[in-house]
Amino acid sequence: MAELDVDLVTTDRTIWAGKARLVVAPAADGEIGVLAGHTPLLSVLKPGTIRVRLAEGGSVEADIEGGFISVDSNRLTAVVDGATLRTGSVTEAH
Amino acid sequence: MAGSQRVYKARIKSTQSLKKIFRAMELIAASRIGKARDRVADSTPYARAITRAVSAVATHARVSHPLTTPRTDTDAVAVLIVTSDRGMAGAYAASAIRETERLIDHLQSQGKTVRLYVAGRRAVSYYAFRGRELAGQWVGGSDAPTPETAEEIATELLRAFRAPADEGGVAELHVAYTQFVNMVTQTPRVIRLLPLEVVEEVVPAQEGEILPVYDFAPSAEAVLDAILPRYVRTRIFNCLLQAAASELAARQRAMHTATENAEDLIRMYTRLANQARQADITQEISEIVSGADALAAS
Repeated sequence: MAELDVDLVTTDRTIWAGKARLVVAPAADGEIGVLAGHTPLLSVLKPGTIRVRLAEGGSVEADIEGGFISVDSNRLTAVVDGATLRTGSVTEAH
Repeated sequence: MAGSQRVYKARIKSTQSLKKIFRAMELIAASRIGKARDRVADSTPYARAITRAVSAVATHARVSHPLTTPRTDTDAVAVLIVTSDRGMAGAYAASAIRETERLIDHLQSQGKTVRLYVAGRRAVSYYAFRGRELAGQWVGGSDAPTPETAEEIATELLRAFRAPADEGGVAELHVAYTQFVNMVTQTPRVIRLLPLEVVEEVVPAQEGEILPVYDFAPSAEAVLDAILPRYVRTRIFNCLLQAAASELAARQRAMHTATENAEDLIRMYTRLANQARQADITQEISEIVSGADALAAS
């Protein structure tokens, strides 16, 4: 199955980077799910939680205070403010 | 002549303690510079992502935004100068200030009124001493800038850029900072930040490559509204980080030279002290000999 290259970046560092199957982000007008092959997109994010379903199972979640995501040719970059990564959820199997 | 020996000894002692201070400052700067360079590198993914996004909007959406439109209603321009809080960094602060002065002269020759925004205590005291009015100043933490400081500066400058002409609005924003090229080269640079020149960042499409059609959510205007201020903040943060790395590199080099100079001085004073001691001994011997001669002669 096709995969998404995901980068979660904040002002001073990259907080997470890896391959994912699905990314759910709190877009301006409701939650948006991005799968591989998504059309190029630039969207503003609201405060909320970004959920990344990993390609090899498991997931990563990050609480964010805002930002935006850009999707282009299976590459998703989330530029976020004040993100806290919840590492505990990485082991959670799906 | 024992007096001059004592003077040389005292000078050697004080130079030695200065040398210790210089050495310590050199080592501190050297240990921090790696971290400062890492921070420049760490902020690159964010800057790259945001630049790509800005260029995507600029390429795919024909929208104009207040931040990209030149203002004609006022001749006031803002200049942000980024320097260090402390000295002991050779010509670092002085050359940044010199570059700013050149920019200010240039702007004034075009009939513009310059409003100064200053980051770093060195430049603040420079302008305070000359009685120049500052529109804004930020001091503290120049060698380890935080995103919060960058945000504060960006918010203030964006407010000035958006303000009406009679409430302190400015038509342009220039930033003077020191670019960190490598450990031996740091160049003072001036960039124009606002109105944004989005065009220079646009990556031209390859021959035959079809540009993707972007979806903007909720709208291209809203996306621009969200990312342009971030872009400005990122640029300012990057300037602060580069300036911090430059400051530390300049300080390390200046302190290294100072340590070497102190060593030279100590060597010179040691020779002079030895010479004075020899002179004292020679004089004492000749006094004794001539005394003995005088006794033998009588």
